[in-house]
Amino acid sequence: MATSRVATGNDGYTGNVYVFEVPVRVWHWIHALAITALAITGYLIANPLTSVSGEASDSFLMGNIRLIHFSAAMVFAVGLFVRFYWAIVGNRYAKGLLIVPVWRGQYWSRLWHEVLMYSFLTRKVAKYRGHNPLAQLAMWLFNVVLALFMVCTGFALYSQGTGAGSWADRWFGWVFVIEPSSQAVRMWHLLGMWLMVFFIIIHIYMVIRAEFMSRQNGTSVMIDGIRRFKDDGPRDPQ
Amino acid sequence: MPAHETFYEVMRRHGVTRRSFLKFCSLTAAGLGLGPEFAGKIAHALETKPRTPVVWLHGLECTCCTESFIRSGNPLAGDVILSMISLDYDDTIMAAAGHQAEEILEQTIEKYDGQFILACEGNPPLNEDGMYCIQAGRPYVEKLRHMADHCKAIIAWGSCASWGCVQAARPNPTQAVPIHKVILDKPIVKVPGCPPIAEVMTGVITYMLAFDRLPPLDRQGRPAMFYGQRLHDKCYRRPHFDAGQFVEKFDDEGARKGYCLYKVGCKGPTTYNACSTVEWNGGLSWPVKSGHGCLGCAEDNFWDKGSFYSPVTNLGVTGNVESTANTIGGAIAGAAAIGVAAHAVASGIAKASGKKSKPTEEVSNG
Repeated sequence: MATSRVATGNDGYTGNVYVFEVPVRVWHWIHALAITALAITGYLIANPLTSVSGEASDSFLMGNIRLIHFSAAMVFAVGLFVRFYWAIVGNRYAKGLLIVPVWRGQYWSRLWHEVLMYSFLTRKVAKYRGHNPLAQLAMWLFNVVLALFMVCTGFALYSQGTGAGSWADRWFGWVFVIEPSSQAVRMWHLLGMWLMVFFIIIHIYMVIRAEFMSRQNGTSVMIDGIRRFKDDGPRDPQ
Repeated sequence: MPAHETFYEVMRRHGVTRRSFLKFCSLTAAGLGLGPEFAGKIAHALETKPRTPVVWLHGLECTCCTESFIRSGNPLAGDVILSMISLDYDDTIMAAAGHQAEEILEQTIEKYDGQFILACEGNPPLNEDGMYCIQAGRPYVEKLRHMADHCKAIIAWGSCASWGCVQAARPNPTQAVPIHKVILDKPIVKVPGCPPIAEVMTGVITYMLAFDRLPPLDRQGRPAMFYGQRLHDKCYRRPHFDAGQFVEKFDDEGARKGYCLYKVGCKGPTTYNACSTVEWNGGLSWPVKSGHGCLGCAEDNFWDKGSFYSPVTNLGVTGNVESTANTIGGAIAGAAAIGVAAHAVASGIAKASGKKSKPTEEVSNG
């Protein structure tokens, strides 16, 4: 692996490098759109809009909000598992979502450097082709752990509508064995949405910041998949 | 009483006519969601099977389960069921008292060891060796364990026995626990609700007596025929929910028009019970029909889940602070936004100052 090359070298850390393959990029934008739809409709399910007047038969507002939420949830869940599949068969930047190399000392020292860098405790900046170690950890926490939590609690709540014996009940009903109160599961699901919003705010900020402050491009890498390095210096912090 | 006496003989002895008996069998079959042929099967079982005794214990509770039970909407069903069970032991409705009453328990164990059904209303407190609930000079938990050792199956009546209910609410000074935390080796049927619906109670007990087995249970141990769906799934106000028509305040136009009570805290969407179909007091009404949201009394921990008047409730993670997913989540997202803005400003300053000081830094780093 390139990361095991001589640390001071800049092999593979100059010019343009193709990192994010098409499935990763397509998934990213589908995932982003699904989360947007899910967060907005989810908020409106917990805190419904002001009442509609007229006959109940003339309107299906709450029904449609829930329909969008459930449809987006299907897209979110299927997308997530296609992305996990691609983490197995894709290139090593695709694998980074699932596998955080916590067993390597170098991962932790680079993670610590990122913490110092973002805390303004060092001015040195390192180069990365994929995610930096901190970003990779955040990706894993929010787009694997939290995303799976949202899928499990979400489909468990969905199973309450589809009923006992339905696929959602058979696959995700175990959630109510861990937490028997479905009101509590709803509230954890809602809190999960807020954590996702927390992630998105920081994610977007970090990407834009990288555009100006890092030694590689930020936003365009998720559009054409190409990492563009701004200097030809060594990859290690400087 | 002779051991071979059947349910039917007991009922006849109590003045229930055959006509009433058959009506009861049909009603119960319908109530349990069984096909018409089951009316005959129930009748046959009750005519031929020896009577299974039911012992009804009371722990920490308010007796609302018994009050509900003896008000079974159909008086017929109530009479029949009462004649089936009242003969043995139930503190509230039996004639015996004192030592005489306690003797019945030992007699039941002697005659029907491993045969009788133990119906538990209320729950045992465990703190101070169970001293918060003393019956006949002994902690209730001992009596419960003793009877459970010899019974065939347990019915946990109400939210107390099923989940813990109000006496188990934080901080639970008496350490009241539901039956399934104390009795681990017997099948337990949970019939939650505060109280459970009378028809649900009679339906469950008839099923167990007539078919000599537990009713089909869901994952949480509740009879699937009564707790298989949420109130919300069969609520007559559901069309207003789907349309987006909500009661905003209890005295507004929507309340008068009978709109959905979700926004004023109805827990129907998260509560499994039969209220919206069986209703209460013989189909007279139920909370939503009377214009108030469901409190979710049949659900685990409903008493500690915050407001009865908001759809978004307490998470119960921050001790006594009433914090909801929206306030915690909003604070997290808000903190992120403020943090990001501050970091952006700091980054800008760092970059501007970095440009000026960069040459010196490079020198110092050699």
